[in-house]
Amino acid sequence: MANDPIHQFHISKLVPLDINGVDLSFTNSSLFMVATVAVSSAFLIATTSGRGMVPGRLQSVSEICYEFTANMLRDAAGSEGMRFFPLVFSLFVFILVANLFGMFPYFFTVTSHIIVTAALAMLVFATVLIVGLLRHGFGFFKLFVPSGVPGFLMPLVIAIEVISFLTRPISHSVRLFANMLAGHITLKVFAGFIVSLSAMGAVGIAGSILPLVMTIALTALEFLVSFLQAYVFAMLTCMYINDALHPGGH
Amino acid sequence: MIFSRAWAASETDAGHGAGGADVFPPFDPTTFASQLLWLAISFGLFYLLTSRVILPRIGAILEVRRDRISQDLSEAQRLKEESDAAIAAYEHELAQASANAHKIGQEAREQAKREADAEREKTEAELAGRLEEAEKRIADIKAQAMAQVGEIASDTATAIVGELLGGRISKAEVTRAVADAGARKA
Repeated sequence: MANDPIHQFHISKLVPLDINGVDLSFTNSSLFMVATVAVSSAFLIATTSGRGMVPGRLQSVSEICYEFTANMLRDAAGSEGMRFFPLVFSLFVFILVANLFGMFPYFFTVTSHIIVTAALAMLVFATVLIVGLLRHGFGFFKLFVPSGVPGFLMPLVIAIEVISFLTRPISHSVRLFANMLAGHITLKVFAGFIVSLSAMGAVGIAGSILPLVMTIALTALEFLVSFLQAYVFAMLTCMYINDALHPGGH
Repeated sequence: MIFSRAWAASETDAGHGAGGADVFPPFDPTTFASQLLWLAISFGLFYLLTSRVILPRIGAILEVRRDRISQDLSEAQRLKEESDAAIAAYEHELAQASANAHKIGQEAREQAKREADAEREKTEAELAGRLEEAEKRIADIKAQAMAQVGEIASDTATAIVGELLGGRISKAEVTRAVADAGARKA
């Protein structure tokens, strides 16, 4: 069982809680969600509490996070999009910190569960849909009618656009979920090879160098993926928000 | 392969809940409600914290810094303009002072020239007066001499004529004749 690459995704109840037959227990997943929020908030609040005119290193980290996300959103959705800055910022930081938490051995990776990423993706999808319809009414559906398409192709193009819009939350959530899941499984499988091989005597120990190198390389890659997937999720959120604000202009 | 292992793992996992014991954990619907609830609580809290506390604070820090930088820049600009103005004023005053000095020099020169001219004119006038006086005196002396010349001439002529004619001519006649001769000559 120590070698089982799926074991790390198991959810175990820490504080059982059952309301009307619905299991709402505080689990290891819940623990890491709370820890993610607690650590991110504590870091962001503590490092900026000095309000230094000249920022120290840690304050710079918070400021860079702020400006990085703000620029991302402003570039994608314009200054109007800045109303959604808290949403994009909290999504980016939450996913980034949750992903990085997953890099600690024995830690649970919150974002390796489809229901979590799907919930975040649906939050974005619902925001886009509601804001788009409230701001533009039926004009929001211009999103599905690209300009400069010949008339006979129009039904086909509209169908494609509608399908691609409706599948957005799926691709949005599965991308993050699958990356985290696959990365952690691969890491675990290669790390497991080291253990199994080194149990096979001298030859095995020599042979286990290869998966060891692989595991080290994959660990580095996984850190990159952790950041990249958080960035991609936030970036797509920015682009979808842009669609809600300017449905005709793409 | 992963799924078959997952099945196997789940089946042997005694600690797992009864509901989804034989499912790949991320696809186990019995955990969905709990995950959604705690995600909503934790992410909702995080959203509130970022939108109410963290982002306004960092935004304020950055804005204060931006304001301060632009304020410092404008202050530097103002100081530069002030020093430029001071330099311009200094140069203006220097030019004025040099012009003043020039004017004063010019005036002094003119004054001196005027005084010298006046002095010279006075001296010249005095000299001219004295010259005139001298000339007048010379003319007087000359006229007196000329008058005496006539008298001498007539005396001489009377003496000569008297010698020649034996004193038979009056002195008045001789004087008249001499004056006539003088007038004819003139």
